[in-house]
Amino acid sequence: MSMLTRFGNGLYTGEKSIDIVGRSKLWYGIAAVLLLLAIGFTALRGGFVFGIEFRGGSEFRVSEASLVVEDATAATALATDVVNANVEGSNPRVSTVGTDSVRVQTDQLTPEATNELRAELAEAFDVPVDQVTSSFIGASWGQDITRQAIIALLVFFAFVSVIMTIYFRTWKMVVAAGVALIHDVVLTAGLYGALGFEITPAAVIGFLTILSYSLYDTVVVFDKVRENTAEDGAESRRTFAQSVNLGVNQTIVRSINTSVVAVLPTAAILFIGSLLLGAGTLRDIALALTVGTIVGTYSSIFIAAPLYVQLRSNEPEVKKQGTRKKAPHPESGAVR
Amino acid sequence: MARTTPERKAVRSLVWLLVIIIGLVSANAASVIWNEGQWTPRLALDLQGGTQLILEPQLEETAEVTQEQLDQAVGIIRQRVDAGGVTEAEITTQGGRNIVVAIPGTPDQSTIDRIQSAARLDFRAVLAADTASNSALNPADPAEGDTPAPSTSPEPETSESPAASGFDGVTAQTVSTTDTGDTEPAEEAPVEQTPQPEPTNASDLNWITPEIQQAFDELDCANLEELGTNVAPLDEPLVTCDADGLVKYILGPAEVEGSSITDATAGLVASSTGVTSNEWGVFIEFDGEGTQQFREVTERLVALQGIQNQFAIVLDGNVISAPRTISAITDGRPQISGSFTQDTAQTLADQLRFGALPIGFELQSQENISATLGISQLESGIIAGVIGLLLVMGYALVQYRALGGVIIASLMVAAVLSYFVILYLSNQQGYRLSLAGVAGLIISVGVIADAFIVYFERVRDELRDGRGIESAVEAGWKRAFRTILISNVISLTGSIVLYVLAVGNVRGFAFTLGVMSVINLVIVSLMTYPVLRLVARTPFFSSGHPMSGLDPKALGAVYRGRAQFRAPVATQKKNAGSTREAQRRQTIAERKAAEADNAGKKDAR
Repeated sequence: MSMLTRFGNGLYTGEKSIDIVGRSKLWYGIAAVLLLLAIGFTALRGGFVFGIEFRGGSEFRVSEASLVVEDATAATALATDVVNANVEGSNPRVSTVGTDSVRVQTDQLTPEATNELRAELAEAFDVPVDQVTSSFIGASWGQDITRQAIIALLVFFAFVSVIMTIYFRTWKMVVAAGVALIHDVVLTAGLYGALGFEITPAAVIGFLTILSYSLYDTVVVFDKVRENTAEDGAESRRTFAQSVNLGVNQTIVRSINTSVVAVLPTAAILFIGSLLLGAGTLRDIALALTVGTIVGTYSSIFIAAPLYVQLRSNEPEVKKQGTRKKAPHPESGAVR
Repeated sequence: MARTTPERKAVRSLVWLLVIIIGLVSANAASVIWNEGQWTPRLALDLQGGTQLILEPQLEETAEVTQEQLDQAVGIIRQRVDAGGVTEAEITTQGGRNIVVAIPGTPDQSTIDRIQSAARLDFRAVLAADTASNSALNPADPAEGDTPAPSTSPEPETSESPAASGFDGVTAQTVSTTDTGDTEPAEEAPVEQTPQPEPTNASDLNWITPEIQQAFDELDCANLEELGTNVAPLDEPLVTCDADGLVKYILGPAEVEGSSITDATAGLVASSTGVTSNEWGVFIEFDGEGTQQFREVTERLVALQGIQNQFAIVLDGNVISAPRTISAITDGRPQISGSFTQDTAQTLADQLRFGALPIGFELQSQENISATLGISQLESGIIAGVIGLLLVMGYALVQYRALGGVIIASLMVAAVLSYFVILYLSNQQGYRLSLAGVAGLIISVGVIADAFIVYFERVRDELRDGRGIESAVEAGWKRAFRTILISNVISLTGSIVLYVLAVGNVRGFAFTLGVMSVINLVIVSLMTYPVLRLVARTPFFSSGHPMSGLDPKALGAVYRGRAQFRAPVATQKKNAGSTREAQRRQTIAERKAAEADNAGKKDAR
């Protein structure tokens, strides 16, 4: 049997134990540092780079270009190159329109840059300058989508909180899960900010995916914790913290397996996407998902669980359970 | 081999799964055969491109469109597009003036109409009507009515044929309006009065000024759009035609506006006897103010005679119907009928529900547009996804040995199931797969596999506690299913909330998430669990073969000699909590004893 299985055996019985709950300060410290780094780097870079879908931009249209008729792929590639050569980091989005036109959307340009780019495009496509038109475009991901999305998310959290509170019979798990969730989303978003990736609608969908994964993973871990702590009667020999710690330990093997299984496909996309396509939406999403999955799994164990113990540590019943710590069965839980 | 109950149940589950898959495949086959469906899911704008519609605002000459109006129009157009399915359209403004709508695929005319028409609805009293003077027009078989004389027959007709509409409520029929088309109640008299008195109410014929009369006389419904008489401020009379261009009207100022509508649905109209006809109509519900206004209008009109008894329902400047007022409508729930088909009724209902566009738009151009990301992104995404899946399968085999086979089989069935569900939704609901959607599906591989992992780890936990394999499979399921159920129910609830409330791309995401949560539950309960139940009975697994992934020895279970483990605990779950805890303690104690026997190991503590 594999090493992981033996490791799992040890963790299950409590023979081996990783003291997760006890070292909460360490995990919080790590999380704080990572969050500060994510926020700090993002701030240093001047905040997030939003795509033209969010901010609007400039649009150029080359009409009656013979190249488009002959080879649309070459035409879009040419337009992309022209824009990249002229305007740095403008993230052009190029498509062919109709049978003989190319549409180029870029970040919003100054009038001078606009005229320059028009001329360059006309030259590259060998058409008169007046066949290259330009205009400003508005955001396709407008305020209305953002507003509805935020409303929807708030209602989403409200619903999920109610279900979780009813199911777990404590709101404290909801709070702990919520903190882990925020941690995951901030870290993943911070990755975009720190690396200067453009935030596109696809990236936002990626964040939402991470959000739902993180929540899912925390619920799975908490369900095991619930099982363990529910089995503890008042006469339990374990402290509450030890019970939680055992529960978390017992799910570690599953968490490792799950994150490996979830990360393998996204990591494959990340590598293959970067190798075959270079920078692009696919690579960005894959990176967000890969990091987000790992962080999502990690935070359920190292942030949500210790926080849950802390939140409950002041409850009289939990405290009482703690006083029986001296009971002669030290092998059954974590050392604290 | 005599079949035991769990075995029968397991087989039954698998049969159900098969039924579901066959059902899905045939549903898709049906839509391929009869409904222009296809065998591959349709792709979204970013992967496949589509059609770009540029809409230009229709404005009176000097008017300028404000940013606020544009934003509002974009929002309304987005809702209208969303109402047609999960298409993830891209809607933006251009040059602070035009609206650009990019939708995947090629839209048909009705889709374009649905998007662009302003859908400004108002109710106006009819002051005068006449057949359209356009000679090219065949004044539509005027059926039972007298053939309407050409415009110059202003004989005030007071005797309406009451048979024309015997409905109560506002049922409008274009037929009934053509019937009365020849009636031009004394509208010429007021025209003569040069000192025009102020009209006292919306039905007052004093609204008809000489200019209006002239516009009316000269109106030719064929070129109504060019003349532009059908665009008028709400508080002024309107000269226009019905939607078919057969009858022209002078209408009073707007009395009830479309903005007072709180809900609109399409449905079959019931006749006065309560029998559902096969005529489509739109059912409107007004808010308090609209109800009040509408009641006042109908109360006034019901007392009037002839053409003035009618009121016109005007959509974007065209009269869609002009029913007679049989009785006052007090409940604020009129229905509009006319020459609707199911499609046009549905479209109008959607438009009224989401509100009118602040300005009318006109289709300026319609062109194909290529994908912004392109098929290469999709292809490498799929290649990578397949490689990732192979890696997952490899990992499953390493970790779970033969059990990994169950994971692989389950994942494959999950893939088949997801494919056909997505295909079905693509064919039926207009669902389109975007790159973000593909990424979401790949992530869901992890979540689906997690359900198996949770389950197998629980089974192993039970084995570690010393249960027999068959009993561990059952007991592990009871615990694991709870976890799997709650985590997926939470995902599903979340996705439903997001789907209902969000717009645009977020809706597409919610859709994928919800579908995958359901598939996850179906697969784990109808595939993984029954398969595990069945294989647990094979000698290979039940003897705990080292390669089975369920080797109790490797799992550190209490071992009592060859192929003999602690007697399986009866799987009664009623008093589960306490007995389980008792078992666990016993197990630990026993394990301690066993370890002591081994004597080699030293307990660190």
